[in-house]
Amino acid sequence: MTGPDLLRVDGLAVQLGRASILDDVGLVIRPGATMGVVGESGCGKSTLLRAILGILPRHARIPRGAILFEGRDILSDQAASARGRIGFVPQDPYLSLNPVFRAGTQLLEVMRRHAPGNRRQHRAKLIELFRAVQLPDPEGALDKYPHEFSGGQRQRLLIAAALSCDPALLVADEPTTALDVTTQREILALLRRLASERGLALLFVTHDFGVLATLCEQVTVLYAGRVVESGLTRAVLDAPEHPYTRMLLACHPDRAADLIGIPGTVPAADAQPSGCRFHPRCPIAHASCATEVPPLLLTEDRSVACPWHHEPLPEMAVV
Amino acid sequence: MSLLRRLLRDPVAALGLVIVIFAVLVAILAPWIAPYPEDAFESHLLQRLREPSVEFPFGTDNLGRDILSRVILGTRNALAVALSVVLASTVIGIPIGLAAGWKDGWLSDILMRLTDVFLAVPQLILALALGQLMAPGLGTAMVALALTYWPFFARTVFAETRRLRGALFVDALAGIGAHPLRILLLHVLPNAAPAILVRATIGMGFTILTAAILGFLGVGAVPPSPDWGLAVAEARQYLPEAWWFPTFPGLAILLLVLAFNLLGDGLRDAADPRLRRSRR
Repeated sequence: MTGPDLLRVDGLAVQLGRASILDDVGLVIRPGATMGVVGESGCGKSTLLRAILGILPRHARIPRGAILFEGRDILSDQAASARGRIGFVPQDPYLSLNPVFRAGTQLLEVMRRHAPGNRRQHRAKLIELFRAVQLPDPEGALDKYPHEFSGGQRQRLLIAAALSCDPALLVADEPTTALDVTTQREILALLRRLASERGLALLFVTHDFGVLATLCEQVTVLYAGRVVESGLTRAVLDAPEHPYTRMLLACHPDRAADLIGIPGTVPAADAQPSGCRFHPRCPIAHASCATEVPPLLLTEDRSVACPWHHEPLPEMAVV
Repeated sequence: MSLLRRLLRDPVAALGLVIVIFAVLVAILAPWIAPYPEDAFESHLLQRLREPSVEFPFGTDNLGRDILSRVILGTRNALAVALSVVLASTVIGIPIGLAAGWKDGWLSDILMRLTDVFLAVPQLILALALGQLMAPGLGTAMVALALTYWPFFARTVFAETRRLRGALFVDALAGIGAHPLRILLLHVLPNAAPAILVRATIGMGFTILTAAILGFLGVGAVPPSPDWGLAVAEARQYLPEAWWFPTFPGLAILLLVLAFNLLGDGLRDAADPRLRRSRR
């Protein structure tokens, strides 16, 4: 490996009861880099983020794998506090803040834990951040309750909160899906500007290829809890190699002349198929796909978990 | 504080609040403001069933006692019963709601089915049955009332806990190692506080009414204590001549129950602005 990694997820598996949510997931983010994670609903995107943030459901288990942040294993209790340098922008700004406490109270509590300085410095810093995220009335915002902000304002507030402890990595879980299109665009522009100004690395979960293309240099595609393809966003979007990625991109309304679907559905997490988890839906599946887990193959510009990735797909049915 | 301000902007709710505060003051000062405080237990047979006059503004009862004094002295009883029943109900209902709402599983199922069972028990019938089993009296009535009122608090708190247990701020608290008790009591329960307050206020009026009914039926307060419901019951055989005998205790019940209901409604509207338009 060249250069120090900021975040390194290695062979991570997460189980909920008997269901395997993630299996052997790996990804690497260098300081200042931007990484997107895409996949259908239920593929494990949010679970991956939650494992990194340490907020998995109480009954989740991590049988294998490691998550190294700045070289420390944050899955171990000793290094869990290193997560203070990871900022998080949640998907749903509505119940991310407790409705009964003022915004300032909740944000300052986090800073008391993770940021140097006293309360007055913390207040000043938050107001400055509110200005940076263009929240209206930055001075008054600390004393407002969460419901006094609009959806877009609340998202800005949470971005400011995520930045309040000087993170090295900003993790965002589809932070724009709950917002309308114009607000979406502003929030994305804001995230991009803040990340480049502050030299932040960005880990961005989305199912929107447009967002992916504008925001992320690199992409990791998840299917049913496994990485199927990862590499430079440009390369993957222009010439996807894994059959799943190829079909997923063909589904995108902007890219396909005719709307095409992927037959079948994402398998339930407690009934994952053997071998390649995509084989029951794959048009070019070989017999060995049902028995052998395909390893991630390194090609010139990416890694792809399919030995048959150069085979053409048959003509797909138009939905 | 903004809750109080919004409440006072609603004249009907403000009226309810004024009456409730007045009743509380009367209850506290009862022995000093009642014209004949000793009439709680003494009888004066020579002056029985006198009409309202300057000397006895509400008249006298079948034992010659000043009805005004007994209405004033009865306020304390009514409020004490209502307050203890509502307090006991919250003490039982809130922990059950929190515990059942936090986790799925057999404990949650058992607690909520138990709640449903108690919700299905008719209040008056349970009180009458308990009165037969134990000694009839105010204590028995209060036990019966508390046993049938806690499920409302359990359900309210249960619903709020269910709604919030998956919220991100709860996950974040759990993620940094906060104890579930701390999360529930300091972060989830305050969200249910307005609903609990509304339910408790309406429960006060409801309990006063039911306690009066139990007194009337003879399984609540026992003579000679100055109880409003009991007074109405005793007055029955002197009707229609002694109209003042049941009228003034009855009016006291009406006024206090009405006040608590108005206040409860006003609190609900003030706590939830979305409902404000529902009432003209």
